[in-house]
Amino acid sequence: MQGIRAGDAAVGLLVAALGLIGLIQAAGAADNEIYVFGLSLLAFAVVFDFGLLKRHYDTVGQWPEDGYNEAIVKKFLIAALFWAVVAFLVGVVLAAQLSWPALNLGISFTNFGRLRPVHTSAAIFAFGGSALFSTSFYVVQRTCRARLFGGETLANFIFWGYQFFIVMAALSYVMGFSQGQEYAEPEWHLDLFLTLIWVLYALVFIGTVVKRQEPHIYVANWFYMAFILTIAVLHIGNNIAMPVSFFTAKSYNIAAGVQNAMIQWWYGHNAVGFFLTAGFLGMMYYFIPKAAGRPIYSYRLSIVHFWSLVFMYIWAGPHHLHYTALPDWTQNLGMAFSVMLWMPSWGGMINGLMTLSGAWDKLRTDPGLRFSVTAVGFYGMSTFEGPVMSIRPVNALSHYTDWGIGHVHSGALGWVAFISFGAIYYLVPALWKRPGLYSVRLASWHYWIATLGIVLYITSMWVAGIMQGLMWRAYDQFGFLQYSFAESVSAVHPFYVIRLTGGVCFLIGALIMVYNLIRTVRGTVTEPMAGLAAVPVGE
Amino acid sequence: MFIRHETLERNAFLFVIFTVLVIAIGGLVEIIPLFTIETTVEHVTGVRPYSPLESRGRDIYVREGCYLCHSQMIRALRDEVERYGHYSIAAESMYDHPFQWGSKRIGPDLARVGGKYSNDWHYAHLTNAQGVVPESLMPHYAFLEETPLEQDDLVARLKAQRTVGVPYTDEMIANARADLRAQADPAADSAALLKRYPKAVSVPGNGQYVTEMDALVAYLQVLGTMVDFADPANEKLHQ
Repeated sequence: MQGIRAGDAAVGLLVAALGLIGLIQAAGAADNEIYVFGLSLLAFAVVFDFGLLKRHYDTVGQWPEDGYNEAIVKKFLIAALFWAVVAFLVGVVLAAQLSWPALNLGISFTNFGRLRPVHTSAAIFAFGGSALFSTSFYVVQRTCRARLFGGETLANFIFWGYQFFIVMAALSYVMGFSQGQEYAEPEWHLDLFLTLIWVLYALVFIGTVVKRQEPHIYVANWFYMAFILTIAVLHIGNNIAMPVSFFTAKSYNIAAGVQNAMIQWWYGHNAVGFFLTAGFLGMMYYFIPKAAGRPIYSYRLSIVHFWSLVFMYIWAGPHHLHYTALPDWTQNLGMAFSVMLWMPSWGGMINGLMTLSGAWDKLRTDPGLRFSVTAVGFYGMSTFEGPVMSIRPVNALSHYTDWGIGHVHSGALGWVAFISFGAIYYLVPALWKRPGLYSVRLASWHYWIATLGIVLYITSMWVAGIMQGLMWRAYDQFGFLQYSFAESVSAVHPFYVIRLTGGVCFLIGALIMVYNLIRTVRGTVTEPMAGLAAVPVGE
Repeated sequence: MFIRHETLERNAFLFVIFTVLVIAIGGLVEIIPLFTIETTVEHVTGVRPYSPLESRGRDIYVREGCYLCHSQMIRALRDEVERYGHYSIAAESMYDHPFQWGSKRIGPDLARVGGKYSNDWHYAHLTNAQGVVPESLMPHYAFLEETPLEQDDLVARLKAQRTVGVPYTDEMIANARADLRAQADPAADSAALLKRYPKAVSVPGNGQYVTEMDALVAYLQVLGTMVDFADPANEKLHQ
């Protein structure tokens, strides 16, 4: 009988060690969260290692690890679709709660404050993260002409470990455990677990780049690498905390007050800059040229785009803290770099859009490409809006209002989700070896409903946000503040309902996509798709 | 450039090192000086660690995600100062692990909510916000009044905060449980509590056990009250 391979054994042992930690934590747990986490980690380890052993004995002597590892790309893609629906659904629930607060139900688990991190984490880390894992593993293998480094077991552990992290994080918020820092809500034990997964992700990705068969590293991989490395630095830097004990989920961040604020927004803004921008630019640099059948518009612009973007983004964090107790020099530095950031952002947008020169007709026939190109348009719009909002006098009006929420969603729905949808519509037929989508018409329906949803969302938030900002600073003829805070709350109600309508549209669009893709995978294709027919299956 | 870009494109290790260097600069320049420049946090009198009950209330504030709808940062703008009070200074959150400045006002700023409303108002408002403010979008937190406050790990929580820099003294930690009980019982002798934690506001409680709502109200009632801005010793607020 053949011995187990070293890579599999190492992963199996690592997982077993995690299970042991889980057991110890569950045994000594001082609160519910650690108890649930410990037991879940133990269960995760048992199931994973059992599966590993079973697979080993089922496939002794026949390890078909050749070609590209597409199974992992498929898994993350399915996860991305699942989490997209979850994220949009929770978003719709939250929008409804803000329209009619009775929907909070008065139960701790369903209150806005606990569900909001579920929505943001599901959108950014679960949906966005899974889409990034999926596409990055697809792109890096093809552009390096190398199978994924580290073997199938390691990749599988990254997949299941990441999904485990997401589920446990969401559960912990609902149960009432949060670090109290936006987009960094998971407590210390989950942070450590994610750090492990992330380091392994970096290892697999960079390992694949190192063993490439191509002399050059393709531009999409620069962006993916910058995203992976920077997120590692930010995640660790922002989450250094002192737990109450090894058996307690509660922790206190090492930094306090103004320093904590600066570190949080250094993290928070670059979660946008690197997770939601650099990573998805990697997507843009692969899938748009691929779908358009054209090379990138300008190689030189790619270089300038990459280095200026990664250098400048890091500085922009303080624009979240204008007129606060953060020293003015830091605020001004943040503002200056935020305004400068407009240039690399638009350089990237131009590079993406101009790649379509001579191939614009494909927008008529390829619904995936239509999503990608619209995404780049929204990217250009929100990366213009961002620098404007970072200017201090503008920020005086926009900060703390719904304008910020609108801005985030023009980026998250218009850019992040749309560029992902574009990649997904490309990938599903390619991965499952189908000649095209089940229905191009349904994809068009998705496109228009989702676009309508975004427009409703961001316009209603502009109106609501600017109205709030103006009402808060309005004075009457006697020199008194004209409105109470409560008046500004009831004034925005109609716009909250419009926002809800926009969110519902976006959710319906996503459900149409999921249906369309399920039918595609099951092998029913009603209309051949011109855009994809040009691309040989499996390329 | 000193190196041709092609060199980076052909060498993954070089590319990784370069990327990390480039992304490190901005963060280092903006963060390190905040720890080293002495005027970043003003020297004012009055800012103290939270009392045990307030600190537990703060944990609940963090747990329920209050920061997602309420800021605790009054910006140095005329209308904000008129609406909420003196603009917030860095020293006021110097013991806040984590900071709760917030980024969105679905509800009003809370940086100086302490003392603005009575204890009774807070209990009524947390239980059913719409009963007090009809326009409010706030969820109901009646369950906090039914939940006994977990006190087993009180000392461990204060010690963890001391590890990250909150100056809890041995005396404060030794008396943590007594101070917590004293603040949640209006009939108790609160002299020792007030000596250790000036301006701490006693809450009525339900007469049987300390609830999570008691803790949260004690926390809300101290917000923004520690620094006396009329005190001439606190005039030098410049960063």
